Amino acid sequence: MIVAVLSGKGGAGKTFAAVNLAVAAEKAVYIDCDVEEPNGRLFWRPQGVRERAVTTALPFFDPEKCTGCRACVDFCRFNALVYVKKAPMVFPEVCHACGGCALVCPAGAVGEQYREVGTLEEGDRGAVHVVTGVLRTGEVSAVPVIRAALEAGLSRREALTVIDSPPGSGCPVMESVREADFCLLVGEPTAFGLHNLAMVHDLCRLLGKPCGLVVNRETAPYAPLEDYCAREHLPILLRIPYRLQLARWGAEGVIAGEKDPEWKADFARLLRQMGGGAI
Amino acid sequence: MIVAIPLDEDRRSLCPSFGRCPYFLFANSETGEERIEENPAAQAQGGAGLKAAQCVVDAGAEALVTVRCGENAAKVLQAAGITVYRSEGAGAEENLAALRQGRLEVMTHFHPGFVGGQP
Repeated sequence: MIVAVLSGKGGAGKTFAAVNLAVAAEKAVYIDCDVEEPNGRLFWRPQGVRERAVTTALPFFDPEKCTGCRACVDFCRFNALVYVKKAPMVFPEVCHACGGCALVCPAGAVGEQYREVGTLEEGDRGAVHVVTGVLRTGEVSAVPVIRAALEAGLSRREALTVIDSPPGSGCPVMESVREADFCLLVGEPTAFGLHNLAMVHDLCRLLGKPCGLVVNRETAPYAPLEDYCAREHLPILLRIPYRLQLARWGAEGVIAGEKDPEWKADFARLLRQMGGGAI
Repeated sequence: MIVAIPLDEDRRSLCPSFGRCPYFLFANSETGEERIEENPAAQAQGGAGLKAAQCVVDAGAEALVTVRCGENAAKVLQAAGITVYRSEGAGAEENLAALRQGRLEVMTHFHPGFVGGQP
């Protein structure tokens, strides 16, 4: 089973839930797709880490072959190409590396070069294989690094793969949930938390994914969140209380499920509920 | 010389956005001819500044008078040899007059653009 852990906002507890799910399963692949600020590795401290570069293609134009017909510029739906002085000009941060310009060029003048946009780290902590995507600072699009991290992690075909998604509900999130069998949402019982949770919930439903909720840092049931879940048929699978001990463990990089068997049991129950079709 | 100016919905005042202005005014300073065209980049998902700059280049403009302009668009305009002037006041006609009288300054600051969430 592939579980994507999401929250509309940052700091809601995605990594806490994702890491503990993998610990509860004992054997799992954990993929950190929050490539702008990957923090799962702070908890895992994986051993034997191997690093490799993630690259993305960028077109270049052979001035000898280019006839200046402009087909590539007119084709680019991302507006990454402009036509100045009878030649195309590319803007790397806007290019999505779709390869369309090379396909439509009648003169075979478009080639591809590769540029580095981030790195991939792979290591192990016991029976958990940890894949971490790291976006290079200054890059605009996280998607190529997320794609590479997913490819590396999913190719292992482990019984459980946990995807730690980026925050928000934009393109990087969409990319990270594409292969998921279940979307586990982590929400805070606050007005802001609910607002962002509803946005990402909408996205998951649009993609036809079964969803469930973990309420994090709960002091008492928050009525607007409870109403939302009832109205939108979003099952609450786990409630995590607001506890100093959890914050302390988090700050120390300690995994709750490894420290306390009760937490491990809670997350094991959560795993069974997701596998049992809690939709 | 053809001068390009991003226009607002009223087709008279300057639009503060270069990339997503609804219209462009193209004014020929020699013939006095003026025409208004829709900006094809107004509703672009991304790369609006680039597409708008392309429109200005294709119109054969040699000057652009604008409230602001992003870095990417500035690169295109520079490559095409188009001078970017900073507008003064709200109306297109008063800016054309100011440009004729040499009262507009060449723009030196280009903002980093609004490319954050790509489509």
